Amino acid sequence: MKRRKTFAVLVSLLLVVALFGTVLTGCSSKTANNNGGSSQKTESEPILIGGVAPVTGPAATYGKSTKQGYEMALEEWNAKGGVLGRKVKLVFEDDKADPTEAANAFSKLINDNHVVAIVGSVTSSCSLAGAPIAQRAGVPMITPTSTNPKVTQVGDYIFRACFIDPFQGTVAAKFVFNNLKARKAGVIYDIGQDYNTGLAEFFKKEFESLGGKIVAYEGYPDGTTDFNTQLTKIIDAKPDVIYSPNYYNDDGLIAKQARTLGFTGPIVGGDGWDSPDLFKIGGDAVNNCYFTNHFSKDSKDPKVQAFVKKYTEKYGEAPDALAALGYDAMNIMLTAIQNAGSTDGAKIKDALKNIDYQGVTGHIKFDKDRNPVKSAVIIKIENGKQVYVTTINP
Amino acid sequence: MGSIFNLQQIINGIQIGSIYALISIGYTLVYGIIQLINFAHGDFYMVGAYAAYFAVMFSAARKEHPNVLIVLLISMTAGAIVAFLSNRIAYRPLRYKPRLSALITAIGVSMFLEYTSSAIPAIGPSYRAFPQSALIPEHTYKIGHAILSNYQIVNMSVAVVLMVVLTYIVQYTRIGMAMRASAQDKDAARLMGIDIEYIIDFTFIIGGALAGAAGLLTGITYPRINPYMGIIPGLKAFIAAVLGGIGSVPGAMLGSYILGFSEVFGMAINSILGEGIAYAILILVLIFLPQGLLGKKTGEKV
Repeated sequence: MKRRKTFAVLVSLLLVVALFGTVLTGCSSKTANNNGGSSQKTESEPILIGGVAPVTGPAATYGKSTKQGYEMALEEWNAKGGVLGRKVKLVFEDDKADPTEAANAFSKLINDNHVVAIVGSVTSSCSLAGAPIAQRAGVPMITPTSTNPKVTQVGDYIFRACFIDPFQGTVAAKFVFNNLKARKAGVIYDIGQDYNTGLAEFFKKEFESLGGKIVAYEGYPDGTTDFNTQLTKIIDAKPDVIYSPNYYNDDGLIAKQARTLGFTGPIVGGDGWDSPDLFKIGGDAVNNCYFTNHFSKDSKDPKVQAFVKKYTEKYGEAPDALAALGYDAMNIMLTAIQNAGSTDGAKIKDALKNIDYQGVTGHIKFDKDRNPVKSAVIIKIENGKQVYVTTINP
Repeated sequence: MGSIFNLQQIINGIQIGSIYALISIGYTLVYGIIQLINFAHGDFYMVGAYAAYFAVMFSAARKEHPNVLIVLLISMTAGAIVAFLSNRIAYRPLRYKPRLSALITAIGVSMFLEYTSSAIPAIGPSYRAFPQSALIPEHTYKIGHAILSNYQIVNMSVAVVLMVVLTYIVQYTRIGMAMRASAQDKDAARLMGIDIEYIIDFTFIIGGALAGAAGLLTGITYPRINPYMGIIPGLKAFIAAVLGGIGSVPGAMLGSYILGFSEVFGMAINSILGEGIAYAILILVLIFLPQGLLGKKTGEKV
């Protein structure tokens, strides 16, 4: 019996070693293919660009808008004759706003589809899961919308098209303190998301340094539907505003429950509020609320107006900030490939660093940490509609 | 401390407790009869919520005002049908197999319901806004500084009524007697002329209908539904049922309210650590009071 067991253990160990061996060699041969292979492809073959966004799951409307932005940019380039004389083609993966799915999507795009660059993902947690994979493979990546600072710190192949959480949290605090004249603020945020905790932290820091007081700072776990406990505590502390830097489906419920508990003041959020579903869930409760955003479709800029018109004709709805950022991110990546004159990852990366691009979400140049230096807009919700309030420059 | 132990937080505790109670009563009923921890119970609840969603959308499309009682009936029927089918298809073939097989099957049924629903285009994996105000518009009442909504009153009264009705059925009716007999000894019950499979079908139908009703009520209270909405409440309701003594209907109710209050006060003291309190309670109960607060001591079954 004992001998048999030892034998069984040995065989399984051997199997494990063999398995690991194949996996490792498999991987290395694939990366080699990717680095050398793509640039040697014939002229007629399209350039493959990976796109990642959550078109299903808890952030589904973000993904849908972003994807439509990618597609519109791509179509415009193809209509003009493509990039480097070749057509460009989007290989799209849905990450469901789940970091595990995002990591799988990035691996699949790089190892199986051999894309030359990746535009994605949308939520910060997903981009943080995907970025190390892109960095290791030497595939340039630009996230349209992930605002957490850690994303581009992963490495020199990682860029973004949006401003970062410190800026967004800081702008919100300045706006609340200077324009809304609030002196006491309560904060409610999802403790399971890098984006939410980041915004909450930077809002608190700036608001306190301006001389305001954070009267309550309450977290909740992912998947919460009942925020009454946290809101009761916040409202009892009598804040002038509540800062809720979360995703729209939570913000809608939070606004609703806060109003039921008798809070009439403004509720302020970040770009996560930008979704048509916010009104469906929150109803009247989201009136008299504000949020910081990347883009307003009411801007007078002719480039923005042209984009809004074309997008609305194509998709039958006005673009939100995610659509605009998706569009800008794809355009930046394709411009960089064109400027690099090659589909080589390292050359695209260098071209990205030196880019100077006028997009619909503002003028984009990267700082040394590969974050764009650009302005934010404040949007107010009135009668279920988004109204442009002001632009705040960095 | 004023914002921690005040009337509003007590109302919040009752609110969460009522939602748990609505689910855990059905949970505990099924366990009481066939000793199966039906992990899919939370998903029956999700099915009930979606049935209500489609019923309201259907009447909205025809520009009619939906009747709350008819919607409730539709949710309960949908929950009951799914529960009945899960029993016939998944659990019945395993009736005399080791209990662990049935437990694993229950997890399988749960995942099947979640992922199948998200694959159906009409349901889909994303959040949907539940048409709350089309069904019952919200009203609030002021009690001192605290605010009570009509949803909270409805949830709590439905939970209490269901507990009373179920206790009555199980304790004082013929079918209830048959249920208790089947719970005690299946073979002896069969020898006494009880159709065990009929009793089990009946139990699942009641459990599913309760879950369906709970789905509708949570849909109204928290107007946001998705196919995975049953996972966390299902887990919490299971903890509540274990705490109260799994198999005991009043126990499930008691456990749900204790859990609701502990969570609310835990989170009021520290919002980040508070969430873990439900799981801490489960562990403590399993160590020191495995039969739960109102459960029977059944040492020999282990």
